[in-house]
Amino acid sequence: MRKLDPKTETELSELIANASEPFRVQGGGTRMQDNPGSGTVLSTRNLTGIELYEPGALTMVAKAGTPLAEVEAALAAEGQRLAFEPMDHRGLLGIAGTPTIGSVFAANVSGPRRIQTGAARDFLLGVRFVDGRGRMISNGGRVMKNVTGYDLVKLMSGSFGTLGVITEVAFKTLPTPQTTGVLLLEGLDDAAAIRAHCAAMASPFEVTGAAQLQKGLDGAPVTMIRIEGTENSVAYRADELRKVLKSFGDWTLETDPDRTRKGWKYIRDVEPFHNREGTVWRISVKPTDAPGVVAALYGVEAVYDWSGGLIWLLAPKGLAPGSVRGGIAQCGGHATRIRGHGDEPMFQPLSPTVAALQEGLRSKFDPRGLFNPGLMGQAA
Amino acid sequence: MELPSPNPRIIAQKAELIKRLQGVVASGAVISDTFETRAYECDALTAYRCPPLAVVLPGSTEEVSAVLKICSEMSVPVVPRGSGTSLAGGALPTEDSVVLGVARLNQVLETDYENRFIRVQSGRTNLSVTGAVEEEGFFYAPDPSSQLACAIAGNIAMNSGGAHCLKYGVTTNNLLGVTMVLMDGTVTQIGGAHLDAEGLDLLGLICGSEGQLGVVTEATLRILPKPEGARPVLIGFDSNEVAGACVSDIIRAGVLPVAIEFMDRPCIRATEAFAGAGYPDCEALLIVEVEGSEAEINEQLETIVEIARQHQPVELRQSGSAEESARIWLGRKSAFGAMGQLNDYICLDGTIPVSQLPYVLRRIGEMSREFGLDVGNVFHAGDGNMHPLILFDANKPGDLETCEAFGAEILKLCVEVGGCLTGEHGVGVEKRDLMTHQYAPDDLEIQMAVKDVFDPQWLLNPAKVFPLAVSETRRMPAE
Repeated sequence: MRKLDPKTETELSELIANASEPFRVQGGGTRMQDNPGSGTVLSTRNLTGIELYEPGALTMVAKAGTPLAEVEAALAAEGQRLAFEPMDHRGLLGIAGTPTIGSVFAANVSGPRRIQTGAARDFLLGVRFVDGRGRMISNGGRVMKNVTGYDLVKLMSGSFGTLGVITEVAFKTLPTPQTTGVLLLEGLDDAAAIRAHCAAMASPFEVTGAAQLQKGLDGAPVTMIRIEGTENSVAYRADELRKVLKSFGDWTLETDPDRTRKGWKYIRDVEPFHNREGTVWRISVKPTDAPGVVAALYGVEAVYDWSGGLIWLLAPKGLAPGSVRGGIAQCGGHATRIRGHGDEPMFQPLSPTVAALQEGLRSKFDPRGLFNPGLMGQAA
Repeated sequence: MELPSPNPRIIAQKAELIKRLQGVVASGAVISDTFETRAYECDALTAYRCPPLAVVLPGSTEEVSAVLKICSEMSVPVVPRGSGTSLAGGALPTEDSVVLGVARLNQVLETDYENRFIRVQSGRTNLSVTGAVEEEGFFYAPDPSSQLACAIAGNIAMNSGGAHCLKYGVTTNNLLGVTMVLMDGTVTQIGGAHLDAEGLDLLGLICGSEGQLGVVTEATLRILPKPEGARPVLIGFDSNEVAGACVSDIIRAGVLPVAIEFMDRPCIRATEAFAGAGYPDCEALLIVEVEGSEAEINEQLETIVEIARQHQPVELRQSGSAEESARIWLGRKSAFGAMGQLNDYICLDGTIPVSQLPYVLRRIGEMSREFGLDVGNVFHAGDGNMHPLILFDANKPGDLETCEAFGAEILKLCVEVGGCLTGEHGVGVEKRDLMTHQYAPDDLEIQMAVKDVFDPQWLLNPAKVFPLAVSETRRMPAE
């Protein structure tokens, strides 16, 4: 397969302007199991480098192809991090490669902390991209507050390369707290666990993660609630949360840095479903609808994140078509097939009006249909 | 400031238009009397006024749809209006336009504390959203200073912020879903009570689009549990540079205050004369507020005070009671009123990288002398969102023009140092003609292409955001 990896934005722009066949737009190629578009891979992996990092202003600007690991290392050296906790898809998808910072935003990848701090798109301050005519476009900037013109920054985030090729991203960073505490309880069923999550999230104690494993390492269900801050603050809030959640059982507190980090990485990267047979769905619903959506499906296994608002579902091969999205249609939400194949579309089908708006935008940004044709629900 | 010349064809059709509009909304919901439409001739940018052809105040999403359908069929421009508190002229009408006000759409439709959201009609005021949930211990985070009056519809149109967005974000970070009516009358839902709407991020696109893409009639908003407590500390410095360095050090230290407010000497003196909050007479003053339990607040303030001490503050005032906290905030909260006592003013809201703060303040001081107009600075320092208040005398011929020219230079400076023209007020008509300083022609072209998709006839608030010369071929010509 041909792969084009231009070294500058100008080179990329010329390449697109002169193109006559569609591209499969990629960063490191680690975010999707496959890309239904045919044709040459157009990669940003050679557009690399951190352009600016001002820890005192909580801002970083980097070229899209900069390896995520390089960004994270630079942030860690200053005691900061990407607070939205982007997952690493490689284990779940069973693929290799180098995740890039551009792909984090192009796919709007957020982890467990999304529920408290916001999604990747909420941290993106500015973008540069090349559109389907080869024009080099800038939108947003490097400041926290910016309402100058339309917010194409949000539009580009989560657009999976269908509107343009992102070449540079400016984003907000946050300090890494001193201590992480995780309240743990074994044995709650899904419905009770989500009730506990919701009660914790409704308290003023700033929960930064709320997850439920149907099968923990020893086979029993495990409910996890995370708090972060200074040592004193974590201890205080853990005590207060235990009072709020007393009716659910006797919660234990884990504060070992290595164990808490591994525990949340296990959720973030959906490790329970690594190297296992079956289709993996990612479902977004409002938290209290989640247990019902899962209970209505036969033979599935679920990992709940975001207080139940995010369901990772491992579905056996025989699951009837339409059954995953059928349940969601009743309560509102959406499902994306992350791994595996099937008759159903990978992305959630949109209402006719929204689909028409989306197609309209694609035809304006990419009039020749060069970028990832067929992706994001587009008729191939 | 220029507005497109009114279209005589539309003005000639006024009687037919009014008749059709009266047919789809409740009696009294169409205002066409030239005396009564005066109430809608401007928003909070009062320097510019123009009465519209008519005002419609629909009572439901269906009525909004019917009104837009008629205006679309008759090719009449529509200016959506929340509460009319825009400082950028976002709701300023043209003579040939219909103002579509959402003021009657003010109901709470659903509250859900377990899933932490509220669904409201978009004419509901910002503060009354919090009012609807505070008994249960929740609040709606974005808090623009006009929150008593401003509507959620306008907050969404302008992507409004507030003093506490350093921690809680602005409107776009707190909006989960909308019901929106397109210009042709089509009603659509985007997002919902779940996180991260499916498909392209249209919600993010609509937020901050200044009423140019559709009319939002309902919004699903994220609500948050109220913190246990909050307390400010006041720190005075003898130079802007040192105050700026202190802000940066606080942020670097890993403390995340909910607000870091900054006032410079002209502003401190004006507020002191007006409100008598007992502020020190110094070059720069910071108010830093943190949240949490008593012990958490103390711990954070200890860190902040320790950092401040390293910068030799001329004043360091901690609060020991709710009363003292209120006094610390008093001057800041009276700042706009205090400046208004001195003279007329315009308030800008350009945003800059925090590291450029001292340089920008020095340059504004120099420009103040060049233009011969005083300026006070009060702003959200944590996120670099400035609010220079330029004083002028509206009764003195030429003073407004000098003031606007000075303002434009400040905004160009903001862009030059890596910032932007507007952090939270929006472009409207006020900053429309400066857009070419921040964006290249291609950047503006692709933004206008977005409007082409949502509103192909360019009827929704068409004379805003983009310089008239740039949008001319897209807007309907005055036949």
